[in-house]
Amino acid sequence: MAAPTPPPENAIVRWIDSRLPIFGFVKHHLQDYPTPRNLNYLWNFGSIAGIMLVVMILTGVLLAMQYTAHVDLAFNSVERIMRDVNYGWLLRYLHMNGGSFFFAAVYLHLLRGMYYGSFKAPREILWWLGIIILLLMMATAFMGYVLPWGQMSYWAATVITNLLSAIPVVGNDIVTWLWGGFSVDNPTLNRFYALHYLLPFVIFAVVFVHLWALHTVKSNNPLGIEPKKQQDTIPFHPYYTVKDLFGFGMFFLVYLAVVFFAPNLLAEPDNYIPANSLVTPAHIVPEWYFLPYYAILRAVTINISIPFTGIVLIPAKLGGVIAMFGSILILFFLPWLDSSPIKSGRFRPIFKQLFVLFVVDCIVLGWVGANRPDEMLMMGPDMGIPYLMIGQVATLYYFGHFFVLLPLLARFEKPRPLPDSISAAASGQG
Amino acid sequence: MSRIRSAIALALAALVAAPALAEEAAPAKQDWSFSGIFGTYDRAALHRGFQVYHDVCSACHSLSRVRYRDLQEIGFSEDEVKALAAEKKVTDGPNDQGQMFERPARPADAIVPPFSNEQLARLANNGALPPDLSLIVKARKGGPDYVNAILTGFVDAPPDAKIPDGMFYNAAFPGHAIAMPPPLADGVVTYADKTPATVPQMAHDVVTFLNWAAEPELEARKKMGLRVMIYLVLLTAMLYAVKRKVWSKLH
Repeated sequence: MAAPTPPPENAIVRWIDSRLPIFGFVKHHLQDYPTPRNLNYLWNFGSIAGIMLVVMILTGVLLAMQYTAHVDLAFNSVERIMRDVNYGWLLRYLHMNGGSFFFAAVYLHLLRGMYYGSFKAPREILWWLGIIILLLMMATAFMGYVLPWGQMSYWAATVITNLLSAIPVVGNDIVTWLWGGFSVDNPTLNRFYALHYLLPFVIFAVVFVHLWALHTVKSNNPLGIEPKKQQDTIPFHPYYTVKDLFGFGMFFLVYLAVVFFAPNLLAEPDNYIPANSLVTPAHIVPEWYFLPYYAILRAVTINISIPFTGIVLIPAKLGGVIAMFGSILILFFLPWLDSSPIKSGRFRPIFKQLFVLFVVDCIVLGWVGANRPDEMLMMGPDMGIPYLMIGQVATLYYFGHFFVLLPLLARFEKPRPLPDSISAAASGQG
Repeated sequence: MSRIRSAIALALAALVAAPALAEEAAPAKQDWSFSGIFGTYDRAALHRGFQVYHDVCSACHSLSRVRYRDLQEIGFSEDEVKALAAEKKVTDGPNDQGQMFERPARPADAIVPPFSNEQLARLANNGALPPDLSLIVKARKGGPDYVNAILTGFVDAPPDAKIPDGMFYNAAFPGHAIAMPPPLADGVVTYADKTPATVPQMAHDVVTFLNWAAEPELEARKKMGLRVMIYLVLLTAMLYAVKRKVWSKLH
């Protein structure tokens, strides 16, 4: 650690700091925090995700003052916010699109960590905390999507909660317990609202622990080599405070362009129809940020059974649920699946290309998730590939990337030589 | 390397081309006064569109999220709004005798629906429920283009089309069998501004009005958006300049 900071000069600050070192804390963590000098713009998405969490909590609290969590009133209360509450449309569109942009920032943050090896020692716990935040965000987003009580809200809630019925023996009881009844109904809406309000504050707390871990192990950087000399790092303020602010500006330009000029671009039209338990929408789809998982869920269509006995060990539905949750839980094991000692993809010629393929695979999964599995991708008048098959290949590739390609790469890939230090690489580049 | 690149290019090409190949024909794109970042509602079209709703659609379709007084936002005078409201009766009460009573609607009332409940609406419409139109433009894929395509989609059925009794052929409706009879015919309304009331003209006008009903905030939203964008562009440019200045000490 750096030399102990000298006591503050201002007497009042000194008085407070000797009782609660809040000024020292700010100075230590937001001002002097030694940061690698070579972070690129992909490192902006962490602070962007942080500001989006703040935006979501602020708009969410204001919306909660006007929203009514009751099956007969929820849809109308949202429309009242849109029409009668002063700037209610602004709050709702900020919140609704904010969810999408929060996920976009977090996904870019996560992919950056995967490419530059930010999950490798000594940052495993930092990485785990990030995955926990992602899981909490997914739960929060799902329950938030149910609140407007439109057709897609209702049916998404029905489909997703029903997944748990795949759990052997106790599945159906768990689903009834979750619903608070025998179908998605008022008790379900009420508890989802309560949890949707609660979880963001849990996320907020885990973000602090995430930052605690970050400031203990310090930031990774595009070279993936740890800072050695003083020239390798620069103080967080003013260098990264100003760079983060510029990043906020760029990000908000895109986010607010959507909010003001195409607020329903990412929304399903069906959710502007009030929930109706008697009419199932032709095509139930989740929000874009859940589409890849949805494709993985639906890709598993075979029962896993003991050969020649017909005894089903894992029915297809349970298999799909396991694969879907597994697609995220697998990230917890990434530090050991990708065990190459070289952190940054920059020095890994084959990993670099497989990483691009992995990202393409995720996009393909998302696109399959948006389509009906029984429909065909037509390549010609009579020639087509069922979406289901594309989804199955892409799912296999997804898990193959983690279970086969990454471990093999760690063993056989010949990395390019690493620079001596961050500052040496910087001066070498000129 | 090049093989991987071409594989990626192929995958991306398939992604881009797929929706065009797989989806049914999208509704024909119309030229709307309210589209684009500078779009506003054409006031004359809104007035004509309200007339179409009032004279034609409102016989079966409610518009319950719009209040009579909201019409002042699109240029109706207070007296006009009072007169429009007073055409309809609403049930109020109970009064101090404990009785429910009927009174003429007031500007603060929601536009009075043609049927008091779903069962009555279905009874009058051959079992079908005419949907509320307040959000119809936002609640359909294709938005205003789709609603316009439905209103202008009542063409002669192709010989192989199987349309059940009491249903009608519509080129734009999924499955092509729609319960709504063709609502518009040339001259079914007479516009005060002498615009010829052709079916495409009335469809375009009423869709403009229904888009306003679904997105009454659109003009305020785009106006604020423009200001926010200009402010953000300037702020971000300045932040970039400051960033360059601060970081120049390092290089």
